[in-house]
Amino acid sequence: MSAGGSALRLDDVHTDLGQHRILHGVSLDVPEGGVHVLLGRNGAGKTTTLRTIMGLWRARSGAIVFRHHDITAMATPDIARLGIAYVPENMGIFGGLTVEENMRLASNDGSFDKGRLDRIFALFPAMQKFWDKPAHALSGGQKQMLAISRAIIERRDLILIDEPTKGLAPSIIRAMIDAFREIAKETTILLVEQNFLFARSLGATVAVIDDGRIVHTGPMAELAADEALQTRLLSLSLEAHQ
Amino acid sequence: MKTTLARLGGVYLLPVAIGIFTLFLIPTSTWLTLTIAGLAMGMMIFLMASGLSLIFGLMDVLNFGHSAFVSFGAFIAASVLAALSSWVSGGSAALNIAALLLAVAAATTFGAAAGWFFERVVVKPVYKDHLRQILVTMGALIVAEQLILAIWGGVPIAVPRPAVLEGSILIGNVAIETYRVFAFLLGLAVYVAMYLVLRRTRIGLLIRAGVENREMVEALGFRIDRLFIGVFMAGSALAAMGGAMWAGYQALITPTLGAEMMILVFIVVIIGGLGSIEGSLLGAIMVGLTANYVAFLMPKMALASNMILMMAILLWRPYGLKPAVQK
Repeated sequence: MSAGGSALRLDDVHTDLGQHRILHGVSLDVPEGGVHVLLGRNGAGKTTTLRTIMGLWRARSGAIVFRHHDITAMATPDIARLGIAYVPENMGIFGGLTVEENMRLASNDGSFDKGRLDRIFALFPAMQKFWDKPAHALSGGQKQMLAISRAIIERRDLILIDEPTKGLAPSIIRAMIDAFREIAKETTILLVEQNFLFARSLGATVAVIDDGRIVHTGPMAELAADEALQTRLLSLSLEAHQ
Repeated sequence: MKTTLARLGGVYLLPVAIGIFTLFLIPTSTWLTLTIAGLAMGMMIFLMASGLSLIFGLMDVLNFGHSAFVSFGAFIAASVLAALSSWVSGGSAALNIAALLLAVAAATTFGAAAGWFFERVVVKPVYKDHLRQILVTMGALIVAEQLILAIWGGVPIAVPRPAVLEGSILIGNVAIETYRVFAFLLGLAVYVAMYLVLRRTRIGLLIRAGVENREMVEALGFRIDRLFIGVFMAGSALAAMGGAMWAGYQALITPTLGAEMMILVFIVVIIGGLGSIEGSLLGAIMVGLTANYVAFLMPKMALASNMILMMAILLWRPYGLKPAVQK
């Protein structure tokens, strides 16, 4: 990814889970603004990378720098308070709380900025419709919308999103693309994906991870135009997703 | 049928069903006395169990030492009541009640302070390690029992009951012990307070969220360990309060009181479902009622009755009646 104006930088990050090394020296620059995609197959280390950035799993060595703050050894709540939001693969919704309570929890002081809330309702009308309903009653797509709404209920400098399209219907994925474009106007998004079509339609830059190592970085347009490169890096082709 | 039952109250109808069923087996006046006794007993067990349930739910900590707070609460309350014997036995109802409230307050304050110490020294080093949690909290329980033996001795201690709460209220030919009514009302007041804190405050929102997904609460910027200390202190304080009330109920206490109660407390937590105060209340009421009805109908089955109740509920609902996290 780009070298200048980094929102986030990972430098030779190694992460172990128990006896197993998952990340073998991940180095990554996430530029300020826009959507930046981390692509890779199942088990390549995408989720581990995001969890390591959030401090949910500890980096064994290497450095993670977010806007001049070394966050490598920081506790997760301190990392979040620097302005990083995280939307995990399982969405992390609190099913026993209402939509409103889920959102309230993510607001800094428990109150809502009306302007931001209206924007969220415009992006995801279902959030307004189910405002006082328990989150466990929402559909999979609505839960994903809630997870993303929660991440943007306050202004964040960086949003880490792990496979938001997993298991979602194409119509909802299209709504997600529009929403991410809107969100990316005010913040930086690091998106982990396997769905190349979705990633291609959003990403400004792309990094490909395989076996815990970054094997390719560059503009998304370059990868999108080079099917041979896609096949080599991802063992997939655009046709396979169409 | 299922929807209609759910609309009428769902699992909350279970204690009512137990009550209606036993009404056909027990004479009405005796049934009423047993029901009040069961409700009072249930509320006192609720005090002991609700904190443990939240501790389980929030941090996945198995605290077998919880009963130490129950025992200490009982003995501290007994000592305060003994020290205020002139207030306890005097003719002034206000002084009678003040003595009991002071005893309960002393036990609760001690429970909170001891809970802080226990969490920092005993529990914190063994987070995320269930086997060690069982070992160290059981060890701490033994130490606590020995401390009680050293301080208060091994002879059962008589607990003076405030004069105003002695005796019974007669309604027709039904005698209802005044202390039981007081214990029930105190338990109910604590439940309402806990409910309001959990449902209407930001701290309560954090606790409910933390019970469901600790990691996500941290990822939203909140330090769950700090929240846990608060919950642990509150849970320990409630256990001590329950012990203080139980001391007055039993009128004679021994150092093993907490350990004996712990079986019922664990049954309540398991029946109710982890991390849920509604579940704890429901479980505690069912355990209290069942213990009293069965003790009257089949005294030899009294001990086994709650175990049977727990097994039946777990076969039906493996995660308990009202778990905080819906599986």
